[in-house]
Amino acid sequence: MVVKVGPKGLAAVPPQVERQVDRQEDIGEAKRLELYRLQVLIREAEQRAYDLFLQNLVKGTSHLSLGQEAVAAGCAAAMQPGDLSFCTYRGHAHTLARGVPVEKVLGELMGRDNGLMRGKGGSMHLTSVEHGVMGSYAIIGAHLPIACGAAWRAQYKRQSDVTTCFFGDGTTNIGAFHEALNFAVIWKLPVVFVCENNLYMEYTPIADVTAVASPAGDRAAAYGLPKIVIDGNDADTVYRTMRAAYDRARRGEGPSLIECLTYRYSGHSRADPAKYRPAGELERWKQNDPIKVYRRRLDEMGIAASKLDAIDADVRRIVDEATEACKKAPPPSSDILFTDVYADGGSTWRN
Amino acid sequence: MAELTYRDAVARGIAQEMARDEDVVFLGEDIAKAGGVFKATVGLLEQFGPLRVRDTPISEQAILGAAMGAAMTGLKPIAEIMFADFLAVCYDYIANEFPKSRYMSNGQVKCPLVVRVGSGGGARFGAQHSQSVENWCMQFPGLKVVAPSSPVDVIGLLAASVRDPDPVIFVEHKSLYASKGEVPDGEIVDQLGRAKLLRTGSDCTILALGLMVPRALAAAEKLAAEHGVQAEVIDVRSLVPLDAQSILASVAKTHRVFTVEENPRVLGWGAEIVSIIADEAFYDLDAPPVRITTPHIPLPASDVLEDMAIPSVARISESVRRSLSA
Repeated sequence: MVVKVGPKGLAAVPPQVERQVDRQEDIGEAKRLELYRLQVLIREAEQRAYDLFLQNLVKGTSHLSLGQEAVAAGCAAAMQPGDLSFCTYRGHAHTLARGVPVEKVLGELMGRDNGLMRGKGGSMHLTSVEHGVMGSYAIIGAHLPIACGAAWRAQYKRQSDVTTCFFGDGTTNIGAFHEALNFAVIWKLPVVFVCENNLYMEYTPIADVTAVASPAGDRAAAYGLPKIVIDGNDADTVYRTMRAAYDRARRGEGPSLIECLTYRYSGHSRADPAKYRPAGELERWKQNDPIKVYRRRLDEMGIAASKLDAIDADVRRIVDEATEACKKAPPPSSDILFTDVYADGGSTWRN
Repeated sequence: MAELTYRDAVARGIAQEMARDEDVVFLGEDIAKAGGVFKATVGLLEQFGPLRVRDTPISEQAILGAAMGAAMTGLKPIAEIMFADFLAVCYDYIANEFPKSRYMSNGQVKCPLVVRVGSGGGARFGAQHSQSVENWCMQFPGLKVVAPSSPVDVIGLLAASVRDPDPVIFVEHKSLYASKGEVPDGEIVDQLGRAKLLRTGSDCTILALGLMVPRALAAAEKLAAEHGVQAEVIDVRSLVPLDAQSILASVAKTHRVFTVEENPRVLGWGAEIVSIIADEAFYDLDAPPVRITTPHIPLPASDVLEDMAIPSVARISESVRRSLSA
């Protein structure tokens, strides 16, 4: 399902797609329950991260994906074990979606010893190599070329994994985006670039600073790729689109560029109250909330409410338990300040 | 034993490592079909094929980013950034990505790659194609920085860099590509973090890097012939890791130290070494350390002007003579 985009993009209007009851059996109930669960888990964990920030237990900065859950969930559910993902500083959602425990993520946000990187990376650098989460990158655009390199390795070693690279609409205006797209196409790399267009580059509407209406979609033609702009608030649409892109990459047919239209409920970062939004915009998008949309669909498909309520309760228990574990966790021990600068495990640069 | 140019040593070093390890791959602008703009990579495409020796677009960020992604996931890439000055257009990887990925991930991410750059002046290319970039790189914890001055060191240090598990910036000097040196047959593997004592002496220590090494050696011969001064000359070779102990031992013996640096003066590599000497060998010194550098100016294009800017044999020997007799 490709969303039609007007000349001014969708800056103030949620995607106008017909929401028919989607009974297509290509996804199946088990996968749909997984998609529902992932979205609820991301929502609850992100909301908790925000609450912990208000309690001054999460320090530094954090960039939430509230409202954008369907993208991370839809992509992760379409991946295979061994597939790699690269995300941005707004990467809690994509990290959780790959199966990284909530406690590890919240612990890292809180700078505790139980954190994913024991407090050495923080919110913007979540990394879990064992889950295929190859890092979260806080310099706009940096990870698109890096994702190309991971895909190059798969191509060179004839390995079947596909690399996914998540980024925001703002990234489409930086040079590395264009270098990476061209590079991935000419080398026919098994990488899928996923642009989450949440309508704002940090504080400024993306439409105000971009030459084309669809920041990623309208650039695709420059690299010989089809324009793919989808409803990023519909997990099924994301899942189906990604499946097709992954299949294409695994067949050796090269990269894809997919723009997912979505909306960020919170500000850019914790410092941003998002006062720049036109009145009513947030409320309109909340009518199009990805979890609300998905739950309604599952209801219409006849999946028992009790099943979904059980998922909700289970997720809440997981997030509560993770929160308690993090609150009890000690800070990192001082000895790790000097570890892992170099591969010998230490920080010695001279004799 | 054969005589080899510095340029041919680059190709031999890369070939030695590619033949040994299939995970070693090589990418850069004009490096494959054209054999490199400095002709330092001739024959590699023919020997190892287009899957391992790959031409790229003029996309320095894509080159270094792709090298990093490949290194993180199991390859050992060698990336070429043609003129070292171009590191400035992909500096994010030098400053933010390569050196920090292991630390930020608490040891999960590895980054075993080599970035070869053609550095330095003397070719009359002007301010944007002549810079010495060692100090652009040595300031970041997590990165290693190596700069060979002879063909045998090119091969040995390149091999050590490719086999090293950390990211290494390998600084080749453009004005040395045509220089020649004796190179033994067979595999050559050196060690990072070892300075090389090239001339022994008792009157002073001269520390040099890259193109400044042959100039420091020539200056030492001139000082011996004309003034009876015996200078010890050390090729620092590896800024990170730094062989500080060899430098400190020489200073303890000669009591005088000079650095010869091609970089503009402020924050050159010699400043860090002099600071170490001041901290740890102050009472070994008979006089203040002297830094002989390019002045703090962009490099001019004219041969007359460029030769005035970069330390010459005459300037090095005169600086040392004046300082020792003072």
